[in-house]
Amino acid sequence: MVALMPLAKFFLPANSKIGEGKRYSAPAGATNVKTFNIYRWDPDTDENPRIDAFEVDLDSCGPMVLDALIKIKDEVDSTLTFRRSCREGVCGSCSMNVDGTNTLSCIKAIEEVKGDVDIYPLPHMSVVKDLVVDLSTAFAQYAAIEPWLQADTPAPPDSERLQSPEERKQLDGLWECVLCFCCSASCPSYWWNGERGYLGPATLLQAQRWVADSRDEATGHRLDELEDEMRLFRCHTIMNCTVTCPKNLNPGKAIGEIKQLMIKRG
Amino acid sequence: MPESYEVSDHTFDVVVVGAGGAGLRATLGMSAAGFSTACITKVYPTRSHTVAAQGGIGAALGNMKEDDWRWHMYDTVKGSDWLGDQDAIEYMCRNAVPAVLELEHFGLPFSRREDGKIYQRPFGGHTRNYGEDLVPRSCAAADRTGHAMLHTLYQQCLKHQAQFFNEYFAIDLIMGEDGACRGVVAWCLEDGTIHRFRAQTVVLATGGAGRTYFSSTLAHICTGDGTAMVARAGLPLQDMEFVQFHPTGIYGAGCLITEACRGEGGYLTNAEGERFMERYAPSTKDLASRDVISRAMTIEIREGRGVGPLKDHMLLHVEHLGAEALHEKLPGIVETAHIFAGVDATREPIPVLPTCHYNMGGIPTNYHGEVLRPTAEDPDAVCPGLMAVGEAACASVHGANRLGTNSLTDLVVFGRAAALRAAEITTAGAPQPPLAADAAEAALARLDRLRHADGELRTSVIRLNMQRTMQENAAVFREADVLAEGWTRLQEVDASLDDIKLADRSLIWNSDLMEALELENLMLNAKAVMFSAGIREESRGAHAREDFPKRDDTNWMKHTLATLKKDGGWDIGFRPVHTEPLSEDVKSVPPQERVY
Repeated sequence: MVALMPLAKFFLPANSKIGEGKRYSAPAGATNVKTFNIYRWDPDTDENPRIDAFEVDLDSCGPMVLDALIKIKDEVDSTLTFRRSCREGVCGSCSMNVDGTNTLSCIKAIEEVKGDVDIYPLPHMSVVKDLVVDLSTAFAQYAAIEPWLQADTPAPPDSERLQSPEERKQLDGLWECVLCFCCSASCPSYWWNGERGYLGPATLLQAQRWVADSRDEATGHRLDELEDEMRLFRCHTIMNCTVTCPKNLNPGKAIGEIKQLMIKRG
Repeated sequence: MPESYEVSDHTFDVVVVGAGGAGLRATLGMSAAGFSTACITKVYPTRSHTVAAQGGIGAALGNMKEDDWRWHMYDTVKGSDWLGDQDAIEYMCRNAVPAVLELEHFGLPFSRREDGKIYQRPFGGHTRNYGEDLVPRSCAAADRTGHAMLHTLYQQCLKHQAQFFNEYFAIDLIMGEDGACRGVVAWCLEDGTIHRFRAQTVVLATGGAGRTYFSSTLAHICTGDGTAMVARAGLPLQDMEFVQFHPTGIYGAGCLITEACRGEGGYLTNAEGERFMERYAPSTKDLASRDVISRAMTIEIREGRGVGPLKDHMLLHVEHLGAEALHEKLPGIVETAHIFAGVDATREPIPVLPTCHYNMGGIPTNYHGEVLRPTAEDPDAVCPGLMAVGEAACASVHGANRLGTNSLTDLVVFGRAAALRAAEITTAGAPQPPLAADAAEAALARLDRLRHADGELRTSVIRLNMQRTMQENAAVFREADVLAEGWTRLQEVDASLDDIKLADRSLIWNSDLMEALELENLMLNAKAVMFSAGIREESRGAHAREDFPKRDDTNWMKHTLATLKKDGGWDIGFRPVHTEPLSEDVKSVPPQERVY
């Protein structure tokens, strides 16, 4: 038996400690009630974040977590703040942490959650208000990998570049990413190193999307740009990214493929 | 004003409002042309509703079968039920081919044929040789073409280092005393500050207003902000009565199931298992135009042949196409049907219903994207400084009914056209007159009033009343008394805005306030639709009047123009349809009976 070493103790900064918030009861007569515990933080006050509990009558609510959030905003507390747009899992707006996992709330079925539904903003991102986090770093990192086609060979003037179905297939599992950043916000290495240069799984998946594109001629340049101690190699194959991706993509595998290319070229 | 607001001023050559396909293509073109360009968008660009387009972009590449842009033009004119402007339609269809090639060159991951060329699939109303038989014209990236396009255009904007103001909500236009547009007032959600953007050219690319209806395939953000800003500026909105109902929204959830399902061989059945479209459109059947199919479905349901315990929907079959083909060509549909209908589309049919999908009407423009302010002398007079592109605009390429795949074509062709035109008529860096000191006053007064509104009715309640009214009184079939009742109901709902109640008084990410501002925008769109629908006494394209079941070219082959008056009422005006094409390379398509 190895004696357990005492772990270092961490304390949240005083102003980050989460307090208990209000409780909103279900309407009288509701028989199919579920409680949604939702992280709230208002930047205009000096108050700490709190968890508000909303009892929702599921008999008059749509099936998805986003439906419940909208119902709460529409009927109970219109100050509840979250992003949403397409409501069908294609735009990436409503990424948040539901029941301990980062996901898109619009395609997360309420019935998949046993017991209360706990809803937090994406972890380890600066909170702007309630469930809205600051994505400016994430999008800047995306821009930093030059996510556009680069080729010295000019495109034919009057036709498309040719690409075989097999070559095109190499992009499947990469181009469908909706940039919700659920994966990056699930990655412990990104939590630590995201603002120190590690690009995180969402952006690295996109890097591989261009490396894998038969039409792109900048693979060498792209690999050069990733080859330092931070940008790519802070991925330690933890694979939270792949587990959490609401679109069932595999950023961990994409990163592995970049690393392999890096090793191959020596 | 009870409280002063911090206002920051910016000056650009061009300000684009909206970052969907049209806004991004315009932003890209303007930046590439050397204009200092700001793109203001209320959501991050990749959240724009273009992302949800599925089936493809229409262009006569001829990769699968012989094709010609003239045939594409004929189909589009016919699809528009002869309300489309043929000069703009010619411009779109012949520029569609280079536009798609350009997207490919930008890196858009199109699906491919064995020979490496772009894969194309058939879509409703797209035919060869002027209506002979269906031609595969829809250039597709699986069934996520809009996603592919939006991301590709965003990437190109990043490449050209275009300046984005993400999560800035545009409140209103700034109009000069001479009637020219001078800029935009916007509110930054992140820090709650107010901004005045001064520009030589403002391009509105704000999309449609699908959320005026209860059941919509559209995203929550589709609230017709640009059309409403134009209405408030006293400029007309064109052909607003034409609202497309897509035949296959998922029953209940409303999410879109692409027409590509039928393009790939899917079909609709009623409760008797009958492929009823064979009766309504003997030659093109399930690939007739969308308005034709939505009406057929509505009739089937009315006559008691709807599916389910309430007999209130239809079934879309794709299961016979096989799991392998579905996973390759329609993977998004398999996913969406599973999530939102609980259906395994590889084994069983998908429950569907006609669902509000697209505004054919909008801000009138010419084929350069310049906004029109018609006068008695000149129906094509231009409002200086203002452009509109994409679904917010009405060029008019879609007329009374849009063909599937032509929306994405519209976005890139006219986004590009606007930049080309701006380069012709303006100079980068040209001096601009100062804005009037009170240029943001009216917009701020509106924002401030809503922010502190303390009535009795939640935004959500008023919005739902509006959506129900539109759903019940201005849907697939219309008639005078129903529209008149709808107009009265809408007036009441609109009046109830005076009694709106907000709870969030902050300025940082106040989505309570944003939804209220959006509701005011939606309301103007809804009223323009209901008002114009009551005026047009004929049936054409998506506007089906039961009391006027025939198209009436003698009296109604013209665009309606609805203008908001200062007192809140509406004026009606008209503009002739451009029946002549742009060049001599193609002949005008004369009106015919529209049969599929």
